[in-house]
Amino acid sequence: MSTWLTEVLSVFLATLRDVAPIVFVIVFFQLVVIRRPFAHLKNLIIGMAYVILGITFFLVGLDKALFPLGTVMAEQLTSADFINPSTDQSTSIAWQDYIWVYVFGACIGFATTLAEPSLIAVAIKASQISAGAINAWYLRIAVSIGVAFGIALGTYRIVSGTELYLYIIAGYIVVIIQTLFAPKLIIGLAYDSGGVTTSTVTVPLVTALGIGLASSIPGRNPLMDGFGLIAFASLFPIIAVLAYAQLTEWLSRRATNEPSQKEN
Amino acid sequence: MLNVKNKFVRQLIGSVIDLLPIFAVIFVFQILVLRQPVPNIADIAIGTAFVVLGLTLFIQGLEKSLFPVGEHMAYAFAKKGSLFWLLLFAFALGFGTTAAEPALIAVADEAARIAAEGGMIHSSDAAKSDYALGLRFTVAASVGAAILVGVLRIIRGWPLHYLIIPGYIGVVVMTFFAPDEIIGIAYDSGGVTTSTITVPLVTALGVGLASAIQGRNPMTDGFGLIAFASLTPMIFVMAYGMII
Repeated sequence: MSTWLTEVLSVFLATLRDVAPIVFVIVFFQLVVIRRPFAHLKNLIIGMAYVILGITFFLVGLDKALFPLGTVMAEQLTSADFINPSTDQSTSIAWQDYIWVYVFGACIGFATTLAEPSLIAVAIKASQISAGAINAWYLRIAVSIGVAFGIALGTYRIVSGTELYLYIIAGYIVVIIQTLFAPKLIIGLAYDSGGVTTSTVTVPLVTALGIGLASSIPGRNPLMDGFGLIAFASLFPIIAVLAYAQLTEWLSRRATNEPSQKEN
Repeated sequence: MLNVKNKFVRQLIGSVIDLLPIFAVIFVFQILVLRQPVPNIADIAIGTAFVVLGLTLFIQGLEKSLFPVGEHMAYAFAKKGSLFWLLLFAFALGFGTTAAEPALIAVADEAARIAAEGGMIHSSDAAKSDYALGLRFTVAASVGAAILVGVLRIIRGWPLHYLIIPGYIGVVVMTFFAPDEIIGIAYDSGGVTTSTITVPLVTALGVGLASAIQGRNPMTDGFGLIAFASLTPMIFVMAYGMII
């Protein structure tokens, strides 16, 4: 029990330290530049206490319950005992042997993104200002599908040993083409959803998967090949959200076109 | 009081649903694919309760503190009409939140290790920590600059892709010149610099500004600050790897 207590305390202090510069900047500009007291100060302090306590409990819980099991699983799934390679790995590596790694990468990417607090925050905001036109839940599912696809492809890249930048440049080209055709309203939100997907929950598990995979495959250097999964997980949600917006626009256009044609 | 309680309980249930998929994935893989028992059930149960409680508190606090603060400050700056102070605030917010970001500290240390192994810097601890510190401040300054330019974009009403597409081109061009060892870590640094506290605050600031300024639409103009702030670190980590 005492280990839990010390862990809560140390994470709480670390969170306070992270929040300190933000609070300092806000208080300085509010009092010195804007020169007005905070409105609803009591609510603000309570809310801030909720946020700091919330992050503390969230991190301690993840650290105790999920990360140990998740990282051990990532190591086991990528180990040679489990993979049982079908070819002599010193000459050739069969990418099909690693099918469970791709499936696990996709599933864990989907699940962790759905629980990512910053994505929840952005989805709430988007649904508020669009007056519900953007459904927070659908948006989060679209982003999660993007991350799932990104991690699966990223693990395939590590197994196949192809260059990271080729995938990223191809992804950028797809994003730029989609930007030209997607509804203007969604573009900012779609770009933002790339940056928010990967934080507290996703990064540690996904990094463990990448490093584990790169260390177990002969000829891969964990330092060089183990990275890049986060980049995949921040690029593909943009494509997914743009695609989701294009799809809903296309569906609604088809739905409004049909009745008007009947009237003619 | 009853109303507040109901809201809390509703959020609690929402958090359970948000976290359910993670547990489903881990248990299914542990039992069906790896065929192993689940260790430390007690720790996992307490940890799960913590995660659910933490997420609930965070979301409750969000609507009380980070969202209104970001929006009120955006309105106050718009009313004050001083571009200089607004831009300085934008830079300070980006710089201040990133310099202390734990994920960035980890990335910077890792990059220093790679640089030392590649013989780019001395492998002494002092040289490595100098390198890591310099990298952290470079990235923090790049995030500050990104938020500053992003805020300027909202005020002027430039389309977002005028910033993003040159950013992409910058990343691609840098990729061809940067040392190979740094590329993976540079690409990853884009995703990790925006933390759980920064995101809601910066989002509320952007949306608030776009609502306060006439002729701007919060939906088309308000978002995009985070996107630009996750692009510039990629460019600057690669640039840092080249120069030093």
